[in-house]
Amino acid sequence: MSGLRIGCGAGFASDRLDAAVELVERVPLDWLVLECLGERTLAFAHRDRRADPARGFDPLLERRMRALLPRCRARGVRLVSNMGAANPLAAGEATVRLARALGLSGLRVAVLLGDEVGELLGPDTPLWEGGTLGERGAPVGANAYLGCEQLLPALSTGAEVILTGRVADPSLFLAPMVERFGWALDDWQKLAAGTLVGHLLECGMQVSGGYFADPGKKDVPDLARCGFPLAEIEADGVAVIGKTPGSGGRVDAMTVKEQLFYEVHDPSAYRTPDVTADFSAVAIEEIGPDRVRVSGARGRPRPATLKVTVGFDGGFLAEAGVSYAGPNAAARARLARAVLVERMRSVHGYAGPLRIDLLGLRSLHATALPEPPESEDVRLRAALRAPDREPAELLLWEVEALLTCGPAGGGGYRGRITPQVTTASASLPRTAVATRVEVVEA
Amino acid sequence: MSRRVRLHAIAHARAGDKGDTSNVCLFAYEPRHYPALLRAVAPERLRAAFPSLLRGPIRLFPLPALHGVNVVMENALEGGVNASLNLDGHGKSWSFLLLSLEVELED
Repeated sequence: MSGLRIGCGAGFASDRLDAAVELVERVPLDWLVLECLGERTLAFAHRDRRADPARGFDPLLERRMRALLPRCRARGVRLVSNMGAANPLAAGEATVRLARALGLSGLRVAVLLGDEVGELLGPDTPLWEGGTLGERGAPVGANAYLGCEQLLPALSTGAEVILTGRVADPSLFLAPMVERFGWALDDWQKLAAGTLVGHLLECGMQVSGGYFADPGKKDVPDLARCGFPLAEIEADGVAVIGKTPGSGGRVDAMTVKEQLFYEVHDPSAYRTPDVTADFSAVAIEEIGPDRVRVSGARGRPRPATLKVTVGFDGGFLAEAGVSYAGPNAAARARLARAVLVERMRSVHGYAGPLRIDLLGLRSLHATALPEPPESEDVRLRAALRAPDREPAELLLWEVEALLTCGPAGGGGYRGRITPQVTTASASLPRTAVATRVEVVEA
Repeated sequence: MSRRVRLHAIAHARAGDKGDTSNVCLFAYEPRHYPALLRAVAPERLRAAFPSLLRGPIRLFPLPALHGVNVVMENALEGGVNASLNLDGHGKSWSFLLLSLEVELED
């Protein structure tokens, strides 16, 4: 087998761990990628670091590393992850401490630094969403999406583990291919081929049977034990997508098609820091059970600037609910809704955003579709966002008060208030963003 | 003979979000249903079906080789995950919202 084997052992912050262990144990991988850093996840991580300068990296880093490091080391699998989040160096040091405790002496961790670009932005920096950064408020953090070019020096240290903050998700997969095959950083066709593979793998099981099952229409075998995906990539960029042997899930043309356009807008212009990829003529061939060959991505030059995500404090989200069941439940829930609106708006004079759904009648699609008349199991769910806690606490109080002050038979009150972050995007010239690599050793 | 079915009978879909923009890619299970799928998600039909939700431009990217179409809807996520009060602030379920549309099939 001449190809490069890259597995994905996490496609988001809360992804499963046992399936990642299974992937490493059952497949001779060259690389394991753990993609754990959403836009808002990073904004929360900045806030964690502000509260404690030793934190700000992925809270599951130690658990994931404890399970995976010894297995990766025993099999010669190198690991790359963006679990460094807002504090990659602290993540590297935590990994090294853990490696020492596990007896993995000499383990080297290369940490990529420099994605944090708050100092390069000013109040006049324009935001993609419109307006300027200054108009939006004080950022909690700002990070540039780094690419393959910035990541490669970390790989070439030879370290077994590479930890980063913000790196474009497909670049985490592309860098090992560029390192192995020696692709030039302006070989747009190869970079597009590798980006296609990275895009298909970056959400973990979303290409191997997760987020796919629709009973009776699209069934997935043994979904509870769905396997993580891997790709075997050849030097020309053509790749075969597969999954952990013996695991649940499925990899076929349908699962690959759905993931191919996930979070893609114009399929002919998928932009990463590395390349502008065109997925519109991608060929998908089933070549065996749970084996799909992908080819035909085309590339054009990469964007001139780097994308930056800026995080802001988002105040508080309050959510509270109470349920009604049995005869006339829908009417009682509607009455509860009317009472709650009158209490919040008229009695308390709350004028901010407020949403009240009736789960069981219509909730997720309530804006799009009319409410059906009946259901015998309905949950009132109220939500608001506010810059400070007071309206949030008021909502919880008023929903709980529906128990004794509202319609008959209400039960099952729950309420919670969660701090929020929001994000916006900006651009920076590539030359403004300076990165460096630091190696720490156990 | 023609009959009306929900898109769910002839197509599968996945939704993704970026900010306040939702994209739903849909694929016909059978190539012969691809034209009906394209008809069903024409922007004017989508806007007529969900007028209070879809408030921005809608672009279609047909994927004829895969018998699919990528539907990109701006200002379609009630503010997106930063601002939405919907339980599903990402609009993950917009895939099945579009699959609930009815379409005329010529058999």
